[in-house]
Amino acid sequence: MTLALERMRLPLASFSLEVDAVLDAHVTAVFGPSGAGKTSLLEAVAGLRRPDAGRIVLSGRVLDDAGTGNHTPPQDRAVGYVTQDDTLFPHLTARANLRFGAHRRGAEGPTLDERRVIDVLGLSPFLERRPATLSGGERRRVALGRALLSRPDLLLLDEPLSGLDRDLKERVLEHLLRVRDEFPIPILFVTHEASEVAALADEVVLLESGRVRARGTPGNVLGQPSGGHPHG
Amino acid sequence: MSDDVQILWFTVRVALLAVVLLAAPGLALAWVLARRRFPGKALVETLVALPLVLPPVATGLLLLKLLGRRGPIGRAAQALFGTELAFTWRAVVAAMMVMSVPLLVRSARVAFEGVSPRLEAIARTLGASEARVFRAVTLPLAARGIAAGLLLAFARSLGEFGATILVAGNIPGRTTTIATAIYNDVQTGADDSAYRLILVSAGLAFLAVFASEVWLKRRASA
Repeated sequence: MTLALERMRLPLASFSLEVDAVLDAHVTAVFGPSGAGKTSLLEAVAGLRRPDAGRIVLSGRVLDDAGTGNHTPPQDRAVGYVTQDDTLFPHLTARANLRFGAHRRGAEGPTLDERRVIDVLGLSPFLERRPATLSGGERRRVALGRALLSRPDLLLLDEPLSGLDRDLKERVLEHLLRVRDEFPIPILFVTHEASEVAALADEVVLLESGRVRARGTPGNVLGQPSGGHPHG
Repeated sequence: MSDDVQILWFTVRVALLAVVLLAAPGLALAWVLARRRFPGKALVETLVALPLVLPPVATGLLLLKLLGRRGPIGRAAQALFGTELAFTWRAVVAAMMVMSVPLLVRSARVAFEGVSPRLEAIARTLGASEARVFRAVTLPLAARGIAAGLLLAFARSLGEFGATILVAGNIPGRTTTIATAIYNDVQTGADDSAYRLILVSAGLAFLAVFASEVWLKRRASA
């Protein structure tokens, strides 16, 4: 998988995000302080936000081209997106949430076995429950499984561990590592925690005020693997 | 008594028909008002609210001008189907529909606005077409408000008087509804009959509201 953001510019409220990069690692982290435009970047790749300049190309397929006005809508992208806020469908059980995207037409990502996803993410104890009765960590895992089962070519994760207490963070991290190691789906995630970059990513892009400031392996960009915060 | 049954049955049928006919266009309009911005939106909103603020008799008079023999809709119906509209059951349905529009559209619009656009966006990233997003996410999440709107529309239709009496009259066995019958009974001194109808319509309203409460509770806990 290669995700090419070719001179892509996204208009945001107070500045514009500009990225020119080709990402081809299995797991790429976009690392930066809050307000750097990280979530907007994911939204653009998912097709929920349109760049006003440049192109987004996923494995040779042009998803957005601001020059020609070409825009592939989110339902035709095969890009899975797990948001930071809770976006499980409240009227459906965990199982129905999981299956929501399972039959997408024209999906080209690898076929995943539902039982295996349930097993890897440890979802079986609460499959018949509604989201309102699940804990924060359980909801994250269901959302992750739901995105995986839609057979995406690329999985986007927005702050996958934020807002969880420390124990829960470690548990969800374990599940993320298993997803990374067991499923052949490339991941692009954003975070403001250096420790998450070090734990998960093969490559990291440092984003500040809408610009890429540095790029490389976690060790290079962050210094020590458990290195500092982008603001020092 | 058999007259009462006839009136009651007729009123329920035309009110149900009015709600059924209004449901799809009413919900579509509510969705558009909740989710889209377009030029002239304020005008559409005002038009939708109009039957709520105008005296029903005024709405009835306007309807009569439209549906009457020389009105544009009345003439079209005559030419296309060879049927009259004014002073028939069709006019009763039309009056009920127009008077219920604001109630249905308002409730449904608030319900649609309460559905997070974020959930709809996520459904799209999971491959759902616009039709599936509406069917599987928007509609079920707005169901409570939509059900309330449909019930309000039905209740409003059952009791509609002012517009009905002008555009459909009060023709026994043909256009007489519970409301116009009660009025007629009172005018002719048949108070017993009027009270009987009041009792029946109160029972009917009670049943409708009660049934919908039970249904909503069952849905919420399902």
